[in-house]
Amino acid sequence: MPEGGRVSIACKVNGHAHTLEVHPMARLLDLLRDELHLTGTKEGCGEGECGACSVLLDGELVNSCLVPALHADGADITTIEGIGGSSRLHAVQEAFITAGGAQCGICTPGMVLAAVNLLERNPNPTEEDVRTALAGNLCRCTGYVKIFDSVLRACQRTQAQT
Amino acid sequence: MRAYLPAYELKAPRDLGEALALLAREPGLWKPFAGGTDLMVLFAAGKLEHKKFLSLWQLKELKGIEVTPEAVTLGALTTYTEVLSHPVLASEFPLLGQAARETGGVATQNRGTLAGNIANASPAADSPPALLVYDAELELVSARGSRWVPYDAFHTGYKQMKLCPDELIRRLRLPRSSRPRQHYYRKVGTRKAQAISKVVFAGVAEVEGDTIRDLRLALGSVAPTVLRCRKTEDVLRGKSVEPATVALARTTLAEEISPIDDFRSTARYRRQISQNLLEDFLLSLQ
Ligand SMILES: Cc1cc2nc3c(=O)[nH]c(=O)nc-3n(C[C@H](O)[C@H](O)[C@H](O)COP(=O)(O)OP(=O)(O)OC[C@H]3O[C@@H](n4cnc5c(N)ncnc54)[C@H](O)[C@@H]3O)c2cc1C
Ligand code: FES
Ligand code: FES
Repeated sequence: MPEGGRVSIACKVNGHAHTLEVHPMARLLDLLRDELHLTGTKEGCGEGECGACSVLLDGELVNSCLVPALHADGADITTIEGIGGSSRLHAVQEAFITAGGAQCGICTPGMVLAAVNLLERNPNPTEEDVRTALAGNLCRCTGYVKIFDSVLRACQRTQAQT
Repeated sequence: MRAYLPAYELKAPRDLGEALALLAREPGLWKPFAGGTDLMVLFAAGKLEHKKFLSLWQLKELKGIEVTPEAVTLGALTTYTEVLSHPVLASEFPLLGQAARETGGVATQNRGTLAGNIANASPAADSPPALLVYDAELELVSARGSRWVPYDAFHTGYKQMKLCPDELIRRLRLPRSSRPRQHYYRKVGTRKAQAISKVVFAGVAEVEGDTIRDLRLALGSVAPTVLRCRKTEDVLRGKSVEPATVALARTTLAEEISPIDDFRSTARYRRQISQNLLEDFLLSLQ
């Protein structure tokens, strides 16, 4: 391999297999947005502080701005596009609409992924659990209360269905 | 300025032997890269000194938590999330879990590693004070062999440590204790989540009747390195918690630490808070 050259990685994104030629230190965030055109994942701070770039990597919540492309090799990744779209929304997304959990929307994909990840680990969270799970996701619009309401509402709905 | 990508290399050796061979061949040239939660932040800011990075993330030899009757041994890549889900760590080394819980958010806890926190060598790091009061030891490996060093002697100055350019941290060992201990941890920052410490305090004590039979204290953000406060421990060992003892401990601690003014806090605030946390710890002992 020439110095600083590209490497080949294979990963699954939202269920689709991809083989990509990438710089190993490229950010997973740029890979998703620029190479795969999955622009639902947002960039806020670019330094791990805001959670706008949150995705699930092998089921774990990560900040895609801090994950180098090489560490996506062999990984199974879920972005907001894999959670739900306009034709079919996830219960968490529906709850954000009903409870007013989104305003400008830039934090919303990350918030939804952090919430979905929480509900996978703990289907019946307290408000304190929700606050802890979303602590790494910043929002400049809502003041958070409606976001926490949305997540709690989503799990009530999910429970009512099961 | 954003870093220029083609200038950087990140290599993923298949096993520890291959990683150590690369480090031995070109020591100092290759920088270990674990979860990347410190390095990628520097990368984004164009502040990385190195151009060549050695990914450790895939190395199985650096993973896993092992429990024996004598000790709990944690792989270098142990993440905060793994610390939080381990029952023996939760019951016997609760301060490590408390530090993990207050380190960043879930996403940071999923990728950030203990060895990364240690080797990043920030005096404000949150897990080192907990590791210090639990008498942690580190295993350092290179192609030349392996050695165990007490963590207490690892940091030698601001961002300086006893880690040769061809060495990696492989494991951390926490000796288990059969005696009942009382544990205390407080991180003081600007807000509860995602804030870097102004002061972080960890204390462990064994109390018999009224007497502090033994104790260990360690603080972060009050000196060029995280600091085990042995002089303060010495004035407290064998004593009972009386006002005169507390007062002496407070003055001893104020002399033992050397906090500075920086963008996060002031020396005066840090000294005051350190003393207050010490007193709070002592008064909490039963
Ligand atoms: C949003 C955010 C919040 C944070 N909050 C906190 C906080 O509250 N408290 C806190 O203490 N830290 C915090 N951090 C810093 C960081 O997450 C921790 O220091 C983490 O433990 C670093 O681990 P890593 O594996 O990601 O390290 P990396 O970034 O991979 O590496 C860090 C350093 O350690 C070296 N290194 C890593 N592994 C080894 C090894 N096995 N042997 C030798 N050298 C090694 C690397 O060469 C590098 O110099 C935060 C970071 C972010 C992005
Ligand atoms: S853009 Fe990744 S955490 Fe802010
Ligand atoms: S809705 Fe605007 S940042 Fe959260």
